[in-house]
Amino acid sequence: MTEYFLILLGAVFVNNIVLVKILGLCPFMGVSKKLEAAVGMGAATTFVLTLGSGSSYLINHYLLGPDLAYLTTLSFIVVIAGIVQFTEMAVEKTSPSLYQTLGIYLPLITTNCAVLGIPLLNVQAKHNFMESLLFGFGGSVGFTMVMVLFAGLRERMEGADVPGIFKGSAIAMVTAGLMSLAFMGFSGLIK
Amino acid sequence: MISALLVMAAIAGILGAILGFAAIKFRVEGNPLVAKIDAVLPQTQCGQCGFPGCKPYATAIAEGVADINMCPPGGEEGIQKLADLLGMEFKPFGGETKPKPKSVAVIDESTCIGCTLCIQACPVDAIVGAAKQLHTIIAAECTGCELCVPPCPVDCILMVPIAENLSNWKWKYPVYALTVSSSGNAAL
Amino acid sequence: MKTLYQFHGGIHPPTNKTQSTQTPIRLAQLPVKLVIPLHQHVGNCAKPVVEAGDYVLKGQLIGRPDGHLSSAIHASTSGTIAAIDMQPVAHASGMADLCVTLIPDGLDKWIELAPCDDWQSLPHTELRHILRNAGVVGLGGAVFPSDMKLYAHKHKIKTLVLNGAECEPFITCDDLLMRERAGEILLGIEMMRTLLYAEEVLIGIEDNKPEAIAAMQAAVTAGGYARMEVIAVPTIYPGGGAKQLIRVLTGIEVAAGVRSTNLGVQCFNVGTAYSVWRAIRYGEPLISRVVTVTGNVAHPQNFDALIGTPMDELVAQADQLPGTTGYIMGGPMMGVLMPSMQVGMIKATNCIIASSDQLFPAAKPAVSCIRCTRCADVCPAELQPQELYWFAKAKNLDKAEDYHLFDCIECGACSYVCPSNIPLVQYYRFAKSEIWAQEAGKKAADAARERHEYRESRIEREKREKAEKLAAKEKAAQDARAQRAALAAVPETGTMPVAAENPVQQKIQAAIEHAKLQAAAAKPKNTEQLTPHQLAEIADIEARRARVRELAKDNTEE
Repeated sequence: MTEYFLILLGAVFVNNIVLVKILGLCPFMGVSKKLEAAVGMGAATTFVLTLGSGSSYLINHYLLGPDLAYLTTLSFIVVIAGIVQFTEMAVEKTSPSLYQTLGIYLPLITTNCAVLGIPLLNVQAKHNFMESLLFGFGGSVGFTMVMVLFAGLRERMEGADVPGIFKGSAIAMVTAGLMSLAFMGFSGLIK
Repeated sequence: MISALLVMAAIAGILGAILGFAAIKFRVEGNPLVAKIDAVLPQTQCGQCGFPGCKPYATAIAEGVADINMCPPGGEEGIQKLADLLGMEFKPFGGETKPKPKSVAVIDESTCIGCTLCIQACPVDAIVGAAKQLHTIIAAECTGCELCVPPCPVDCILMVPIAENLSNWKWKYPVYALTVSSSGNAAL
Repeated sequence: MKTLYQFHGGIHPPTNKTQSTQTPIRLAQLPVKLVIPLHQHVGNCAKPVVEAGDYVLKGQLIGRPDGHLSSAIHASTSGTIAAIDMQPVAHASGMADLCVTLIPDGLDKWIELAPCDDWQSLPHTELRHILRNAGVVGLGGAVFPSDMKLYAHKHKIKTLVLNGAECEPFITCDDLLMRERAGEILLGIEMMRTLLYAEEVLIGIEDNKPEAIAAMQAAVTAGGYARMEVIAVPTIYPGGGAKQLIRVLTGIEVAAGVRSTNLGVQCFNVGTAYSVWRAIRYGEPLISRVVTVTGNVAHPQNFDALIGTPMDELVAQADQLPGTTGYIMGGPMMGVLMPSMQVGMIKATNCIIASSDQLFPAAKPAVSCIRCTRCADVCPAELQPQELYWFAKAKNLDKAEDYHLFDCIECGACSYVCPSNIPLVQYYRFAKSEIWAQEAGKKAADAARERHEYRESRIEREKREKAEKLAAKEKAAQDARAQRAALAAVPETGTMPVAAENPVQQKIQAAIEHAKLQAAAAKPKNTEQLTPHQLAEIADIEARRARVRELAKDNTEE
């Protein structure tokens, strides 16, 4: 039980997918201008990533095995793209209001490297099914948290007196770097 | 080699089946995005975007046929709103499309011949008149689309920018200059 | 002793009130001219009912209320209307608005008034009607038409709060009014109480006005009013804000988006109560009010001045000192700098401060926000001013609204304490008016969409109807032909009934002929001096029309 908890905690803070693993930077920079958008993107990613890490475990474990390890990346991409498509259709039909908020972010997730990265890390770390699910969920919660934090910061930066040459993406990059430094402080929290 | 092909084919087959099933089962008629985009557009119905009204332009954007920077009456603010809505990057106006100050059409009463051509052109029924009678524009309903200007055979319709008055006056964004002291150093 | 409550925050700026309370209210001299704006109240601009050159008497109606939410404007003295045109008005924008310029004849001759001894016998609708026609509006600063506020269902309003707090520095007009005319104020309050069916009356006066409190208390005792209490409230700015005073006196907190009337409380300024009394008892319209003239003048005092008096003429009577740079209408916290010294005073003018560089030194340059949140500590509306500032500055208007920008009363306490000298209220005002403008734009767009969609559907319907009509006619023609063929086959048995014999059809025919004649009589205008090219174009259009008409005829008559 403890190890599950540690995996979850580690995925959220210590091995934060964005700020420590430096994955999924395009949505991190692209969809973090507005708090609402960041929350929507986070929620959509959490959903897809949890589902994705589960199904990718099954594929890797039962379909591929050690013989076909070279197909991991390829098959994961296909599976994730499929899941994203399916999720989009299902959400659009079943909950139009949720689709209104998540709608435009769902297709973006297909090209989110964090979503591919976590299943691959799962394979690397030889996680079992439960661990894979938790790692996927924890990673995406970490992603959501960082997105929300960063969006809040960027909303404030709109009004800050930033020197001309740093305005826009430049200061956002600097801020992301500082946040990353701060998150490095979590390393050593577990073990 | 064969097993690899089989596995990929299996994955493809399963996903294809699921997606195919989902496409039938979760079919949604109409695009709710159109209404959302339409709500952001200024509703001048001017056709400056190249589409015959705001709704067709919204449909075109939703389908990905049209760009978001083709609506001059919406101004840069409008582009920004569309970009936010669609999760796209802001795109400045290109080439000759430029936003103009908001105007209303005014009919010069001494030249109007009462031909009703402008009435037929107005997309929002903001012109009142009858054949051979003087026409006039309901200023409150005029969207400033300029569609009535070209059909007029005597060029009696003018576009007049809306002047600032007490009812539409706005508090300005506070701007305060940094003063430079006499010694030449910035006071701050 | 009544338990008093507290509101959050507040500040203690130097009051600067004693300068102007040394002498009693003085009747201001008749000015050389009066500039009376027609839009002095919340709601629609009054419609002028006089013309330039007309002679008017004091108290004569010159602007009638236009629409539901509006108020009347009256001539402040007798004289001749010189002009009705656009003049700069006492408004922060410095823009011009429709004003009536009145040249007094010096006689100050009243129009015949309709006093009312026995107002209790009049129905409430009648009393409200009198107030509306007398142009009585809230004199505390909001200038909301009082008749609208003095309407309530029975037992809905429990408490009537009278605002005599006058918390803003420099202003003493309510103070002096209460000292000198307490009895009449109370009579007005009694009228308000009757109109609102209110049970108790609480008169809140800040404790830095002991004379006013004493005068009001004495008047209450002398009049023997029941359930009416004069309460000294602690001096703290902005204790005179309606929500704040209600909080202090009753403990009720008026939440965001809620009206105090829904909580059983209505609030009026004491000056309004006085004008209500004058309007109903004596039939006097609101043509004058008490104004504090202070600041850079030798003799700061209060004047009973006519609405429309140019500000410079009024300030001159208090002996303006050299070095005056401009006039501030209202107090130093919430007042606005006047665009010119000649603007006419309006019903909202409670105070004119002659400002000078010594009195109000130029604001120190604003520097960056240091997140000290002193503004949040003093905000009487319990907002987060630093957040609002942040969002307003970034023009993130949705977010500003989320943080309850519209609960801001613009009291200026935040700007007063800001160590970085940031003009916070200016940012809030900017954000508010920007949001209003966007909302107006949205409304206009929605209206345009609706009109466009209606037009589309109408065109569609017309097309369909035309097609249906055509089809029906075609069918009728075919039937007729078939019938004729059948008739031709059978030997003739009699004549067909002639349509024209029907009297109704005859009438219709006559009407059609008449309309045709009329249409022919109407000559197109402006067609005399046209270029040959334009003439050709018009001829072209006419030819096209004729062709279309012919086609239509062919279709129908076939």
